[in-house]
Amino acid sequence: MSLFSRLLPTPLNSLTLLFVWLMLNNTFSLGHIVLGSVLAIVIPLLCVSLRVPQHTVKRPLKTISYALLVLKDIVVANIEVALLVVGPINKINPGFVAVPLDVTGTFPITVLASSVTMTPGTVSADISKDEKWLYVHVLNMPEDEQEVIALIKHRYESRIKEIFGC
Amino acid sequence: MSFLVELSISVLLLLGGLFVLVGSIGLIRLQDFYTRLHAPTKATTLGLGGVLVASIVYMYDLQGYVSINELLITLFLVITAPVTAHILAKVAMHHRVKLIQHTRNQALVETARMQLPADLEETPTQTNSNEPS
Repeated sequence: MSLFSRLLPTPLNSLTLLFVWLMLNNTFSLGHIVLGSVLAIVIPLLCVSLRVPQHTVKRPLKTISYALLVLKDIVVANIEVALLVVGPINKINPGFVAVPLDVTGTFPITVLASSVTMTPGTVSADISKDEKWLYVHVLNMPEDEQEVIALIKHRYESRIKEIFGC
Repeated sequence: MSFLVELSISVLLLLGGLFVLVGSIGLIRLQDFYTRLHAPTKATTLGLGGVLVASIVYMYDLQGYVSINELLITLFLVITAPVTAHILAKVAMHHRVKLIQHTRNQALVETARMQLPADLEETPTQTNSNEPS
């Protein structure tokens, strides 16, 4: 192992840490750059033994379009839920669905579950131990529950599969 | 500060406040724990987003550069809100928190608890036999 990779086991994380530190302090002064760099080197070194091997992002450009899609859906979800909440409360038909998962690995599943929670009328509730099923609570279930499953699978899961290449 | 900036800040603040208010109303009006979970995870993100964008516009007008703290707050919010919601829902499922009567597919709560495969046909019989005394 070269000195570089021993000092910076995860260069991308270090860079993110440095940027977040500078953003937190809202400055680009030299002092904070030095302090941030020290933190960006020390924290990953302390955490390196805790790391679990994860899927890496294979297509970084797709993440941007995915983030925009989720952002748009968050706005739509907010308005939808707001209307449901203000409207007649007894007409809401909640329910559970189990979504069969095609993505593998904890990180892609976490991304999927988080997207599901942030977007229209669904909250991810549990994941089966074999990581094959995602249990989702739906605030207002349409007549056909397959609609919800198809939406989650086509809109989010297929895109996540592309991004992580798994 | 020009009228246009003031107007946009006011509109953003009002919109944000409205959505946070609706989220809180949802907490009172919705009937059971799971549906209540939807109100704060969704309605509040946009509400807070509106307030943060208003803050960005105000700070930009005041200082002449975009302050990045608000973007960080948004980032942390988007990362943490789904995780808390997921953990709360998971705990509720494992504690068999009461559901409103017409919730569909209630059997899935049991399959999730038992970590069984989610075959809808099989589960009701299995959950009955596994019911703790």
